[in-house]
Amino acid sequence: MFDDSSIIVGLEIGTSKVCAVVGERNADGSLNVIGLGQARSRGVRKGEIVDTTQAEEDVRNAIVEAEQMADVEIRNVYLGVTGAHIRGFNNRGVHPVVSADREISEDDVQDVVKNAKAINLPTENNVVHAIRQHFFVDGQDGVTNPVGMLGSRLEVDVHVVHGRTNRLQNAIRLVKGLQLEVDEIVFNGLASSLALLSNEQKELGALVIDIGGGTTDYVVYTNGVIRHTGVLAIGGDHVSNDLAYGLKVPLSRAEKLKLEFGSALVDEETKGQTITITNELGLPLKTVNVEHLRRIMSLRLEEIFQLVGQDLEQAGLFNYLRAGIFLCGGCARVPQIAPLAEQVLQMPVSLGQTNSVSGLKSALDQPEFVTAIGLVKFGSFKTRKREGKPSLAQGIKGALSSLLRRS
Amino acid sequence: MKTKVQASAAFLEPAKAPAVKIFGVGSAGVAMLDTLNGGDFAGAGFVAINTDASSLAASSAAIKIQLETKLLRGLGTGGDPERGRAIAEEQFATLKTACDGADVVFVVAGLGGGAGSGISSVLARAAKEAGALVLAFVTLPFACEGNRRQQQAQQGLDQLKSVADGVICLPCQKTFKLIDENTSVLDTFRITDGLLVESVCGIWRLLTRKGLIRIHFDDLCALLRDRHSESVFACVEATGPARAREVVEKLVAHPLLDEGRALAESSAVLVSLMGGKELAMAEVNRVMEQIGRQCEHAQIIMGAAVDETLKNRLSVTVIAAKQGPVPMELPPLAASGDSVEQVTPRGIMARPGSRCGSSAPSLTSEQREQILAKNAGTRARKTGPKMRQAQLPLAIISKGRFDKSEPTIHKGEDLDIPTYVRRGVALN
Ligand SMILES: Nc1nc2c(ncn2[C@@H]2O[C@H](COP(=O)(O)OP(=O)(O)OP(=O)(O)O)[C@@H](O)[C@H]2O)c(=O)[nH]1
Ligand SMILES: Nc1ncnc2c1ncn2[C@@H]1O[C@H](COP(=O)(O)OP(=O)(O)O)[C@@H](O)[C@H]1O
Ligand SMILES: [Mg+2]
Ligand SMILES: [Mg+2]
Repeated sequence: MFDDSSIIVGLEIGTSKVCAVVGERNADGSLNVIGLGQARSRGVRKGEIVDTTQAEEDVRNAIVEAEQMADVEIRNVYLGVTGAHIRGFNNRGVHPVVSADREISEDDVQDVVKNAKAINLPTENNVVHAIRQHFFVDGQDGVTNPVGMLGSRLEVDVHVVHGRTNRLQNAIRLVKGLQLEVDEIVFNGLASSLALLSNEQKELGALVIDIGGGTTDYVVYTNGVIRHTGVLAIGGDHVSNDLAYGLKVPLSRAEKLKLEFGSALVDEETKGQTITITNELGLPLKTVNVEHLRRIMSLRLEEIFQLVGQDLEQAGLFNYLRAGIFLCGGCARVPQIAPLAEQVLQMPVSLGQTNSVSGLKSALDQPEFVTAIGLVKFGSFKTRKREGKPSLAQGIKGALSSLLRRS
Repeated sequence: MKTKVQASAAFLEPAKAPAVKIFGVGSAGVAMLDTLNGGDFAGAGFVAINTDASSLAASSAAIKIQLETKLLRGLGTGGDPERGRAIAEEQFATLKTACDGADVVFVVAGLGGGAGSGISSVLARAAKEAGALVLAFVTLPFACEGNRRQQQAQQGLDQLKSVADGVICLPCQKTFKLIDENTSVLDTFRITDGLLVESVCGIWRLLTRKGLIRIHFDDLCALLRDRHSESVFACVEATGPARAREVVEKLVAHPLLDEGRALAESSAVLVSLMGGKELAMAEVNRVMEQIGRQCEHAQIIMGAAVDETLKNRLSVTVIAAKQGPVPMELPPLAASGDSVEQVTPRGIMARPGSRCGSSAPSLTSEQREQILAKNAGTRARKTGPKMRQAQLPLAIISKGRFDKSEPTIHKGEDLDIPTYVRRGVALN
């Protein structure tokens, strides 16, 4: 058995699967994945719980499996959240430095951060993250630690991710109903980006796109900090649904065809190819045109990238992604998806690799598990901060704790 | 083909009534203009503008302007608003002449295609330069018409908003609530036509009828101008002793007002009441009180007028506007200040009435011949733009897996519908 305090669990209640990843933090701060549990998800659509009974059962199964594999008892989880209601924006806090010598103190920093986080959200919304970006001292930007600098005006940018309180609470309540504590809720896209990106990539500027079953979550980093987050309520379910409609087959069949014959690009050689669908007895039921199948898929996936592209264009971030684009989520498995994304976004695209986590090879290599691994990583950052000085990050926890309590 | 304004009925109107010209732009706009032309718009000038000769040929408008360059060969803009815009710029002088003599210009168009989206804002600018106030009535495409049309429409709308004094915008998608699944495409468009026409009528009456309480046109423009999300409108009627209560009930239940939610959320509401001779102030008050309760956060502008032809009907037009996010580029305020002056009674009376009669655009005989030739030559063409519209898969697609979840709507487009369907990609 392990010392409890070193165990960190990430739980993603996804649209396609529920998965729990158990991580162990070594004395040197490195992370080791020691358990993984998963269950097919039946109570979630577009990233949000629609059937509590089913979802509860699926979460329970995933947790039990993870407990068995890791041989630990799970009591707390970092819970991933997503859904169309989740939004991100940047906010600036301003604080005049009043000390006689104009030297910026720790208190000034705390105050300016507090100002930046004092955000007027509609009452039905709740902050999920308020992440510090950079400081400005008398308008000069790019300051990472202003303490000790001289100046009269201190400013800071924070990236705020927020969502509808009641929709966030649905997931929290469900987990609590299973006698589990929620350490924190974390936006899935943020978790995935933590799992995939190195500090250098964050510094250079990168986009992570997690295309799951019901949502596409994305996060942009520039100059080492989170700049932009977004959720599109479109995912692999849409691909399957389009196929079911276009090929006139049941959804379950469409899903199978997608996995077996799918591709993000339509190449010449598939022209005219057909697949014969047979029933249990092997008798032919129907033939499906492979070109049509791929055309339908390709158009849907292309649109997802176009929508993300338009959003980044609008945010003016397109020219800052010098490390490129990284894909994860189950749909990253679609053959040729990276070349399609490159065509649309005109930038190098690759499949993301989980970064600086070791342990179960089977878990680490799967694009579906990136979010849950990222949740563990998020948890480990938080634990590290808590163990060190009482950091600014506590403030976020404070803002959240009321949400967690109320659920 | 008529090339003169219908009649000089405008002369007979009391001097106070502003001279109104109604322009239909693009195929949808021209079609909607025809629907309007049947109604009661005594004194208004009707002008149809399109690049597409067959659409103009079918129009009953008194004045038809075909914007044409050799390149187009009467075939329209090919759906590209940039071309529509370019031709309109080229013929700017013609457009301006066409607006001559009007105090108020209505621009009616279906945004999304090349002509309506491209030409409307140029026309609006020409009308402003000719000294008129400009109010645009436009539709946005159905979600299933696809992304490109939506984007073109949005762009056209933004351009219009930056020049016109007011824009009333009806997203076609909203009318889905009003129709059952089996309605044909053309009937669906008839319904949108009908709704847009209602709002034109509502505002027309507001401007031209003797008012118990007159709405100033500048109030109306101010209401529409600074609200950059769409304005929604509804027009309802009731008769009988309980008509005051009934109109409010109908308004609150109106699908275009999102079952009353639009009223509750709006920041400004314009209410225009219209009744027969016996319309009484007490009744007006009763209606206003109840509407006021529905829109607590709104600034309310109201007007009431008598229209004898309504007899015992009470008709209420409501325009509700929401304060949207302020766009990056605001039209300069000075410009709007100028235009407001034009509607003061002084400004209007200063215009010699006779100018209304001579407002035919000064086309050279050569140009006119050209138009005539074009129209004659293309009348027989079968594949007009409407035919193409008719093939759009408007049938409502079962949402399959997403039946029970919140629809994924992006800029008015329902993304749960397969992409290939929305983009009109044919398999086979
Ligand atoms: N209300 C109404 N809307 C229409 C009608 N026909 C088309 N529309 C809508 O108007 C939009 C613009 O279509 P058109 O008016 O045909 O296009 P256009 O402006 O003539 O441009 P081009 O034909 O591309 O040069 C379409 O996207 C439809 O949403 C109609 O008869 N009535
Ligand atoms: N090889 C594949 N080809 C196409 N789609 C795939 C493949 N593998 C997984 N998917 C799709 O990925 C989606 C699941 O991704 P995942 O990240 O697990 O979603 P979620 O986190 O929402 O549960 C499903 O829609 C599934 O069909
Ligand atoms: Mg996921
Ligand atoms: Mg046309």
